Amino acid sequence: MARKTAAQRREDRRNALFVLPMACMAALLVALPLIYVLVTSLAVGGEGSGFTLAHYKALLRADYLKVFANSLRLALDTTLISLAVGYPFAYCMARAPRRWRALLMMLVIIPFWTSALVRIYGWKILLQANGPVNAVLRGLGLIESNIKFLGSYGSVLLAMVYCLISLMILPCHSAVDKMDFTLVEAARDLGARPWRAFVTVTLPQTMPGILAGCVLVFVPSVGMFYLSDIMGGGLVLVGNLIRDQLLKVRDWNTGSAMSMVLIVMSAALYLLYRRSGGDNLGVM
Amino acid sequence: MAGKRRKRRGLFSPIYLTLVLIVLYLPILMVVIYSFNSGRTIGSWQGFTTSWYTRLMGNALMGDALRNSLILAVLSAGLSGVIGTLGAIGLANGHLRAGGVIESTATLPMMMPELVLGMAYLSLFTAAGVKLGMGALILTHTTFCIPYVFINVKSRLIGMDPALSEAARDLGASPLRVLRDITLPLVFPAVVSGMMLAAAMSLDDVVISFFVTSAETTTLPLKVYTGLRSGGTPEINALSTLMLGAIFLFVALSQLIRARSEKKLNSPR
Repeated sequence: MARKTAAQRREDRRNALFVLPMACMAALLVALPLIYVLVTSLAVGGEGSGFTLAHYKALLRADYLKVFANSLRLALDTTLISLAVGYPFAYCMARAPRRWRALLMMLVIIPFWTSALVRIYGWKILLQANGPVNAVLRGLGLIESNIKFLGSYGSVLLAMVYCLISLMILPCHSAVDKMDFTLVEAARDLGARPWRAFVTVTLPQTMPGILAGCVLVFVPSVGMFYLSDIMGGGLVLVGNLIRDQLLKVRDWNTGSAMSMVLIVMSAALYLLYRRSGGDNLGVM
Repeated sequence: MAGKRRKRRGLFSPIYLTLVLIVLYLPILMVVIYSFNSGRTIGSWQGFTTSWYTRLMGNALMGDALRNSLILAVLSAGLSGVIGTLGAIGLANGHLRAGGVIESTATLPMMMPELVLGMAYLSLFTAAGVKLGMGALILTHTTFCIPYVFINVKSRLIGMDPALSEAARDLGASPLRVLRDITLPLVFPAVVSGMMLAAAMSLDDVVISFFVTSAETTTLPLKVYTGLRSGGTPEINALSTLMLGAIFLFVALSQLIRARSEKKLNSPR
């Protein structure tokens, strides 16, 4: 490349100046805190100095492992159910008549940006012992006495799916929207049954959207600590564990080691996704 | 054959869409409805009243939380608006060498469990002697708001016709003039819609606020969170309804501005 002209160099300098505040914020309030967590998780702690892997070894306790397993299972179930419910929704949305599409999009986006807390509260009202759901079930004669929904695994799973499903719908929708439907028609004309056409044509074409949705749902679901609290507190998740390590036990080193596990897990998932050709996740 | 196919999908699709949307909105509706419940607890429906709202107005603690949340939302949206827009303009042409690293680091808060960031802030701030409270809230909220503005503005800049600024340059405009008269007006809708989303995110945040706030400083979502942990009262419903209203407004405005500007951008062609 030819040498840069003076004007180009001036513009580069100006651009660098523009980026400076954001670079400072990123360095001081994103990179530094995360590095600090890493260092804390490896530091000996207390009076001692030096580095150790002891805090990571300390995580290998049966009760901690069970909490990690609970959280992973919940995150996996959340991702699968979101996919099972969200993908058909995204598909129908993308195939809906054009004049409805903008409205549908708006209806999906608004709850997505609305307080997760308030929306979970709505479920709490619906599911409480003498709440509307029990009343309806009783009215229909399906149950004799009120069911205690709150505090169960199912209620936390429901709230989790409810909070995160938009993150599945949006990328799936943009994948279906971009898809070339003449290929499906071609497959059908050549005699493929609908199911076969879906599996061999639609599914591979929309795979990027599905992957993006799964990453987007899985990552935050691992860290939602207040959700189980509000839905009755029956289920202890990694989030609750980390919070308690910091605020109750005040063991910063172990808390940091737990956080590092989450960081590495979400980073790995995100990188895997980028590797598979994903770009900006199509959220905005 | 083809007709039958279309008919079947034509029936399934609207039913499924409606069903999911009902489930999506029913809980939100419940919160609003129960804020008018005259019973002392959220337990059962006892009759209609607006007394929880008037009571909310008279509650000094709630007033504090409301004021804090609004100040926080406005400041962090404003700051992230400036920082994110400048960053997007600076990085849009891709000439900067460290650009990729800066961009991924700055947008990382979107990709990371909030909890991790929250606990990282708490431990760093405690170690560095940063006072928890309003200052820390503003700093951290600005940090997680920046990606929303940045991504919005950058994608707008990339979609922009480069001929516009080149023409201005050829006609003798200085780079600053190009920025002021061409670039900024064109990205302005993206800046505003990004800032609206940022304000909504700030108004909504529980996790990060939970870690970096002090005992004296509380925000609306934190108030709702503590209220909910102890079961929930109609007063919390009223508070939530007000919060919902504010967030709906911000999001709807953001979408409207975006849709309108996209229409304007696409129509001349």
